Amino acid sequence: MNFTSMIPYLVFGVLALVAIASAAAMLISRDAIYSALFLVLNFATVGVIYLTLGAPFIALSQIAVYAGAIMVLFLFVIMLLGGERFKPSAARRSHLVFAAVLGIVFLVELGLGLMIRYGDMTVPAAQAPGYASPTSLGVELFSKYALPFEITSLILLAALIGAIVLTREGKKEINSGEPETLPNKETNP
Amino acid sequence: MVPVSFYLVLSAILFTLGVVGVLLKSNALVVFMSLELMLNASNLVFITFAAYYQVLSGQLIVFFVMIVAAAEVAVGLALLVAIFRNKKSVDVDQMSSLKG
Repeated sequence: MNFTSMIPYLVFGVLALVAIASAAAMLISRDAIYSALFLVLNFATVGVIYLTLGAPFIALSQIAVYAGAIMVLFLFVIMLLGGERFKPSAARRSHLVFAAVLGIVFLVELGLGLMIRYGDMTVPAAQAPGYASPTSLGVELFSKYALPFEITSLILLAALIGAIVLTREGKKEINSGEPETLPNKETNP
Repeated sequence: MVPVSFYLVLSAILFTLGVVGVLLKSNALVVFMSLELMLNASNLVFITFAAYYQVLSGQLIVFFVMIVAAAEVAVGLALLVAIFRNKKSVDVDQMSSLKG
């Protein structure tokens, strides 16, 4: 194997290493803000992996939506609530062995399942020029997937209204304890 | 190009790290981040098979997953803010009022 045929493996190896290390660092770090920043690094790295898989539009929307919008929301809420100060309680520490065993079992199971089913797939074919360009994605999105696209607008509207209603001050039943008792009173007159 | 199985193994590792995070972390915000990590790992599988079979549907599914994840984060973080107002904490061990 000469050097030029090894370059994709090297690129993938470095990217995979950064992705796994940042995901592990997200779990290890105590401070929630560090966790969020490591997750941003992980999302950006996975976005670069999408680029190597011939999905430039998805890669850039990954960076814009995930690493941009969603993580800004996370950081905002962490700083708003002061979530970085919470220390892990003692009971959770004792779960460590249990979770590690479960995680290893799950990983082996998932890996074996994928390998048995898809292990013989060796090389992704070279992409045709124009594959996954924004134009072809848009044509597919608005022809074949027009109905799901419309449904996502409803989902976003529901999420918008839900977020506003949930965080609204002023209303007593949201603000002061026990919000689950009020529907009972209304449904059992 | 790199074999498909490499991407699948990377995705499996990322997904497992997300599962372990959900099991281990007591900070509800970090549990949410682990959920995002799992969604991301599944997206990686979609993109890999989209590249392997040369179909665009896999990439569009990722698009929809991103939209649903954004909605989920908005509602979830709103729920966390509402819980924090009641309990003054985002520790998942303290959100046990509903257990029987």
